Amino acid sequence: MNISLSITKNIHDWLFSIMPESVASIVEMVLIGLLYLVIFAILGLFLVLLERRIAAWFQLRIGPNRVGFQGLLQTMADALKLLSKELTGTTKADKFLYNLAPYFVIVSSLMALAVIPFTKEFHAFDINIGIFFLIAISSIGVIGILLGGWASNNKFALIGAMRSGVQTISYELSVALSLLTMIIITGSLQLSEIIEIQKNGWLIVQGHIPAIIAFMIFMISGTAESNRAPFDMVEAESELGAGFHTEYSGMKFAYFFLAEFINMFIIAAIAATVFFGGWLSPFGITESIPWLGVFWFLGKTFVLVFLMMWFRWTFPRLRVDQLLTLEWKYLLPINLVNIVIMALIVWLNLTIQF
Amino acid sequence: MQETTIDKSFKTEPYQINMGPQHPATHGVLRLVLTIDGEIIKKVEPDLGYIHRSIEKMCERDSYQQIVHLTDRMDYLSSHINNEAVCLTVENALELEIPERVKYVRTIIGELTRIASHCLWWGVMGMDVGALTTYFYGFRDRELINDIFEETCGARLTMNYNVPGGLMFDIHTNFVKRIKDFIAHFKTKLPEYDRLLTGNVIFQKRTKGVGILTKEDAISFGATGPVGRASGFSCDVRKHHPYSALDKVTFNEALKTEGDTFARYQVRIQEMWESLSIVEQLIDNIPEGDFRVATKAVIKLPKGEFYQKVETARGELGVYVISTGAKSPYRLKFRSPGFSNLSLLNHIAVGGKIGDLVASMATLDLVIPDIDR
Repeated sequence: MNISLSITKNIHDWLFSIMPESVASIVEMVLIGLLYLVIFAILGLFLVLLERRIAAWFQLRIGPNRVGFQGLLQTMADALKLLSKELTGTTKADKFLYNLAPYFVIVSSLMALAVIPFTKEFHAFDINIGIFFLIAISSIGVIGILLGGWASNNKFALIGAMRSGVQTISYELSVALSLLTMIIITGSLQLSEIIEIQKNGWLIVQGHIPAIIAFMIFMISGTAESNRAPFDMVEAESELGAGFHTEYSGMKFAYFFLAEFINMFIIAAIAATVFFGGWLSPFGITESIPWLGVFWFLGKTFVLVFLMMWFRWTFPRLRVDQLLTLEWKYLLPINLVNIVIMALIVWLNLTIQF
Repeated sequence: MQETTIDKSFKTEPYQINMGPQHPATHGVLRLVLTIDGEIIKKVEPDLGYIHRSIEKMCERDSYQQIVHLTDRMDYLSSHINNEAVCLTVENALELEIPERVKYVRTIIGELTRIASHCLWWGVMGMDVGALTTYFYGFRDRELINDIFEETCGARLTMNYNVPGGLMFDIHTNFVKRIKDFIAHFKTKLPEYDRLLTGNVIFQKRTKGVGILTKEDAISFGATGPVGRASGFSCDVRKHHPYSALDKVTFNEALKTEGDTFARYQVRIQEMWESLSIVEQLIDNIPEGDFRVATKAVIKLPKGEFYQKVETARGELGVYVISTGAKSPYRLKFRSPGFSNLSLLNHIAVGGKIGDLVASMATLDLVIPDIDR
């Protein structure tokens, strides 16, 4: 019997025994919601710390290592500081939209997190259109960025927001198409089924050449989608100051900041799930201990997160027109051809199955 | 009537934004008023005066020994070379015979200053195009040079090592050894710069063909230093009018003909190699002797006009003194390289994107206190 499953089952039985069914299910939903908020906060804070330590490692520095063991509480302290800070804003800002914007960004990444399968049982929202839902919900975030940039009444913020709109809309195509390439193999949009199919070999192995191309395109466009360097047009520190969140301070700024890191995690998590078998262990070596799936999943995800950090701290930033050239002239045509190749491979049964 | 309203509703117009005085890319308190149409730059108007300290006016009040200290605060990244310019002016006016030892040490420290300045520029250049890691690599090597300076003259940035007549004090006993160590170290680290940034595809895409300055324009705008040389304008003062010990060394003037941002980048990288070779040629042969010749406590230049130019890390620095025979100059004018190089920013940035402006501005290597004296 699985430990995590037995705990959740016990809580479930206990809740249903002490209160009527309808109330109990609402309480369960709230509990799961709170659990995900906690995961969100911890993941966000941990990723920020990880980024800072990795950046320091690349840059011949030590990085934060004073607060807590090896600086583990540093980001916690930063978050507390941001919480206690005054929320400043421009007087001529569109107050309603200005205050609304951060919630769009954070809600979209929080909702995307709900669909991610951490392990077989640890999967809050396993819907049959999982991938579609992820793509749809992650594009809501750009509305927040556009609103924030527009409502700040700041020209730098506006340029940042417009760049973001252009960039996210363009790269969304590549994200969706590269995932679509893989869906040709799986024949299902449901994330749990996608993982089941990979018991015969990870999709990147099953789909060999077109899968590797799709993976590379997904990582490039995923990095662009989460507005990280070398595609950080939106913030472009040396060009626009801070970009769309120039006028935000305190916790509202922290929302944008955390959402960026969670988005990076989500992109890496999708890649790990779709291409590298999610919580499946390689060759099923730990199949008998299902809860170890969480570690396999997080391990694969963090390797990809590290890859994205590696990009960020090595490459210079692209210019905005080069960014669009890369998408529309290279990635999109390659992607379309790749889908046809993948379809042929699946049709002719050329996939590699163990 | 109806037609005009439809026409109006679809009109776009350029707008102005203020880049600076507080902006990460202007590296100081430079304000650029940009007129842009979407992302495309229509006009760049530099607005100066945020860090004006009236150094030239203060020079009319101070003695010649004091003026040397003011020049540190102009182009703070080549402070030693600025000091040298004033000292050379005074020494030439007084027709002082300077010991060989002083000339050698001045040149060695001057070239090390140039390397340190270019290291910082390289780091900041990377940062401006979005590669944040370069900053720390540049600073790693610059730090070693600063340590050598600190040991010899007590200061790391505003050095004040030169005085009219020589040096303030003799070199430290570790001076030669530490510089040799640095040369060996830097020869292994400079190729790392190329590996990290020069060869990067994105970096080349960002810089090649961007901010092109032709040779004619370079001359007419008075561009000097690496900016002029990247456009094929041979303007190295060290080569054409050698001062101190520069006539005793052989080196190549880094010249490129493309005139774009990437050419300016390459010129500076090559200059680091050349400076390294100059230091290498001099470091073993520092002659024994005095580190200073005696001057009067109150220096009075003879009546007349004196001009001396030197090559700082940014280009040609000219010192023009009009003396009436008093203890301080009647009028002193600095011809600073940064000011002329800034004047061509509008010329090379118009028509490009905001990102291009930042990249070309990075290769102009502006130091704002040098522009705003």
